[in-house]
Amino acid sequence: MEKPVLIREDGLRHDGRKPDELRPIKMDVGILKNADGSAYVEYGGTKVIAAVYGPREVYPRHLALPDRALIRCRYHMAPFSTSDRKSPAPSRREIELSKVIREALEAVVFTELYPRTTIDVFIEVLQADGGTRTAGLTAASLALADAGIPMKDLVAGVAVGKVDGVIVLDIDEVEDEFGEADMPIGYAAGIEEIVLLQLNGVLTREEFVKALELAKKGAEQIYKLMKETLHKKYLKVLSE
Amino acid sequence: MSLTPTRQPIIPKIKRETIKKLIKKGERIDGRKLEEYRPIEIILNPIPKAEGSAWVKLGNTIVMTGIKLEVGTPYSDRPNEGVLQVHAEFVPLASPTFEPGPPDENAIETARVIDRSLREPRAIRLEDLVIIPGRKVWLVFNDIYLIDHDGNIIDAGMLSSMLALNLAKIPKIVSIEDDNVVIDKTVKETPLPLNLNVVTVTIGLIDEIPLVDPLLEEELVIDSKITIAFDEKGRITGIQKAGMKGIRTPVLDEVVDIASKKASELHELLRKVLSNPENYMKTLI
Repeated sequence: MEKPVLIREDGLRHDGRKPDELRPIKMDVGILKNADGSAYVEYGGTKVIAAVYGPREVYPRHLALPDRALIRCRYHMAPFSTSDRKSPAPSRREIELSKVIREALEAVVFTELYPRTTIDVFIEVLQADGGTRTAGLTAASLALADAGIPMKDLVAGVAVGKVDGVIVLDIDEVEDEFGEADMPIGYAAGIEEIVLLQLNGVLTREEFVKALELAKKGAEQIYKLMKETLHKKYLKVLSE
Repeated sequence: MSLTPTRQPIIPKIKRETIKKLIKKGERIDGRKLEEYRPIEIILNPIPKAEGSAWVKLGNTIVMTGIKLEVGTPYSDRPNEGVLQVHAEFVPLASPTFEPGPPDENAIETARVIDRSLREPRAIRLEDLVIIPGRKVWLVFNDIYLIDHDGNIIDAGMLSSMLALNLAKIPKIVSIEDDNVVIDKTVKETPLPLNLNVVTVTIGLIDEIPLVDPLLEEELVIDSKITIAFDEKGRITGIQKAGMKGIRTPVLDEVVDIASKKASELHELLRKVLSNPENYMKTLI
């Protein structure tokens, strides 16, 4: 595939978005019967589902920690989520992303409230179109809230990037593949903490500062949507 | 599946508190300043069978990287480029908490952070590693071997990788017939084509106080750590946050400032070593 024009002459992106514009975002919680908490999130063409089980008993037992809950996290992509079929066996990338997503969640969950238990977070990417780890983190955070697990804050994930020299918000697959940088962040907007930060690409110091600011702004918008989604769900539960 | 670490080395509570108390006073358990690296010892090309190798001792952390070059087929989406693969092995001789087996998430993360930081600024000129366009290219295997673990594996791994890549020489191609490339590994002439050097700086945070190059004991106490890669032009070529606490933006800004300063020191060290490599070509003992 040839490199497409990423920033058009009118300053808009290849899909018509402004540099600081998110893709259409959809989210819902409590969508699964079996899980203790669940969520579905779409960032444009990226579709992710997350489920939380727990706090529950740890097997094997010897893994349990005496002073806090374990968090176990799996980020996984469905074989049909990409244009070429992805082998369902966990790749090195999925192993790394499971770790950074787990660490992002450890920063907000009050694990000390549930010693000797585990809180299991499962993220399945159903369709990948850029920003799957950040959409997955958003979904995981919503699912934890839906499961009623006490947290310091919700975490919103979003990726910023540099494409054709311009810092842009919420990059999609094409921008990730042909752009110069991809910087996913996880931001707990209420306590103003960055809980996930990676950079895959090259940025100057100035560009990094600008990208971080843009990412935080984007994450704040997503954070608001997350709160609204939870609100709507629980107002409904209350009225029933 | 990633789970909260359960097999960490045990650190006594009293030591934990000492580390924290000292850091608040701007001191560290090994006598260093907060922004100081441990002494770095370097041995170049200790493994002559490798195309390039480097042994780096960062305090008591020892990492060795070996570069192997082989002829193979390119990735189908990059037919006119050589292939770079970075792997890290945390072998059980390096720490009482390591077990034999395939690389765990920490080894994979280390390798992938180093891989990205090298790949993104095009540190290696992969386009110059083509033998028969679309069919045969050089495969560059960068294998990071952790020999003794006393914290900050990524920075030591990156330094040893960068040194080994700089020393690596491409074996001689004897003949090419159709797709059959015959090489002679006893004759190594051309250096591996590189564009620039990259270093990483890892900074731990305890109660928002940054400390450069954390020791293993400090790594067990810190809230989180950030690794930032810089190329020799001062550009950021990779970032990875690790650890189980969040970071506020002003603290992150401070960390980036310190990392950028320390990165130029490491680049200076690389220049010094690579301008007189023969001074560092010693045997291991």
